Amino acid sequence: MKYRIIKDKVAGGVMTFFTLLSLILLVAMAVGLWLKSADILEEHSMWNLLTASEWKPMRNQFGFLAFISGTFYVTGVATVIALPTSLLMAIFLTEYSRSTVRRYIYPLLDILASLPSVIFGVWGTLVIVPIVSDIIGPAVGTATSGYTLLSGAVVLSVMILPLLVSLFIEILGNVEIDLREASLALGATRWQTTKHVVLKKGLPGIIASTVLAISRALGETIAVLMVCGNLIIIPDSLLDACYPIPALIANNYGEMLSLPLYESALMFAAFILFFIVLVFNLGARLYLKTIKTE
Amino acid sequence: MKKAKYIEEKIFRFLMVLSLILIAGFVFSVLWSIFSKGIPVLTWEMVTSLPGSGFYVGKQGGFLNAIVGSVYIVLGATFLGLLISIPVVFYLSVYLKKDSRFGSIARLAFDVLFGVPSIVYGAFAFTIMIVVGIRASLLGGILVETLLIVPILIRSMDEVARTIPKELLETAYSLGATKIETIGVVIRQIAPAIATATLLSVGRAMGDAAGVMFTAGFTDYIPESLTDKAATLPLSVFFQLSAPQIEVQNRAYAAAVVLTVIILIISLSGRFIMRYFSKNKV
Repeated sequence: MKYRIIKDKVAGGVMTFFTLLSLILLVAMAVGLWLKSADILEEHSMWNLLTASEWKPMRNQFGFLAFISGTFYVTGVATVIALPTSLLMAIFLTEYSRSTVRRYIYPLLDILASLPSVIFGVWGTLVIVPIVSDIIGPAVGTATSGYTLLSGAVVLSVMILPLLVSLFIEILGNVEIDLREASLALGATRWQTTKHVVLKKGLPGIIASTVLAISRALGETIAVLMVCGNLIIIPDSLLDACYPIPALIANNYGEMLSLPLYESALMFAAFILFFIVLVFNLGARLYLKTIKTE
Repeated sequence: MKKAKYIEEKIFRFLMVLSLILIAGFVFSVLWSIFSKGIPVLTWEMVTSLPGSGFYVGKQGGFLNAIVGSVYIVLGATFLGLLISIPVVFYLSVYLKKDSRFGSIARLAFDVLFGVPSIVYGAFAFTIMIVVGIRASLLGGILVETLLIVPILIRSMDEVARTIPKELLETAYSLGATKIETIGVVIRQIAPAIATATLLSVGRAMGDAAGVMFTAGFTDYIPESLTDKAATLPLSVFFQLSAPQIEVQNRAYAAAVVLTVIILIISLSGRFIMRYFSKNKV
């Protein structure tokens, strides 16, 4: 009899430990990456690193501005493409379509969500890059290789579409049917109801979901790396190449042990990425939680 | 004025259909580009043999090393992942009260960990590996993929475990069971969720490139021990595609087909399980 109670207590202890481990992991990652970046922060000020754009590890110049701006541009453009598409899609699925339509669309979204990032990269080089270099480039009168900010953003937007659609469906589905019926009964069309009632009610959730999807997109590595050109410049136009932070880490980890401070610089890059994603993700989740409990 | 709202309705209906066509178009475009490029060049030899001499300048050989490496890493990570995540899910839903503060903090932590990019996991694991003196190896790959999938496993199982009716557990308690002894009941209730969560994370681990890039390395051989380097399919696609020779690039497309087919099978069986086995739930 005693034995069973002891077993229960021991199991409880082990499980508490595993659960605590997750919290510790999160802290350990922040601390570990921070400690690794300490070397470079000793020699260069944080402000200097974040605002300088000269990146010459051989000459001890580490400016992250090109990479930071590359990350934000490619994510920003991707969001601009994905947001209206996914919102319209979610509205169509929740407000307009019949369940038979949904049965055929959900598997499509599932496929899109499950494909690995490298596959999107291959697709980008096969389809998007040629379109940009052969059609869009000549159309605006710029010669381009096709490996551009725009290509990276298009590929990235397709990758975050399924996440956005499923988050939006959940948000819109939570808006009470009564509200819609009241609006329809007053003679509003379906779109008017959607615009003035459903979207208005769901707006906070839509914003939070978008932030969540952005935090996903910020860390996307291989697919973007394969199509965005990887030139260390601050992009001026959609047809310039860019070089996001994840690509920087992935491309250079091989030689990072060969130069002084190089490893520290890359770990600082990982820390920046971790920090931005953490803030976006945590903010969005806490906000979504307060909306849900209201 | 009365007309305007009907016109607006029409316009937005049109835009919705457009977005639908766009998304469906993306899916078919991705699949079509991979399959039309890869299937014609895919041969049996590629799937069943290791890279031969001169492989990276377009000579004979295949990418069996990458297939086997990926399978090893995914199997190891899934095993470790389940070993960690099932107790955590059980703890969150049985040991803790529904409104437990610790529970909600832990859930939030897993949500946040789920959002951490795999390249960051890779970089973090790499620094740890340098500190403790492990080189890029099968073990490193397994560990980093475990870190990557544990939050996925926990989140998707926990979502189902939370809906287990309290009465069910109370029935077990009233028969004299301790909390740990209800694990059989709980596991039976969340069995479909365990299956779908496992498939989901197998898919994620199989397709992840950024994490294993640092930690598993790449090799032409099949790893024979945990300390050997291991090749993976996504990296095999990536490296071969960046080669200048057409023959090598073609093999990248063939490897992409293999990877896509594996992922599609995994995700389709996930759907199947979700639809047919969730009926047995109380």
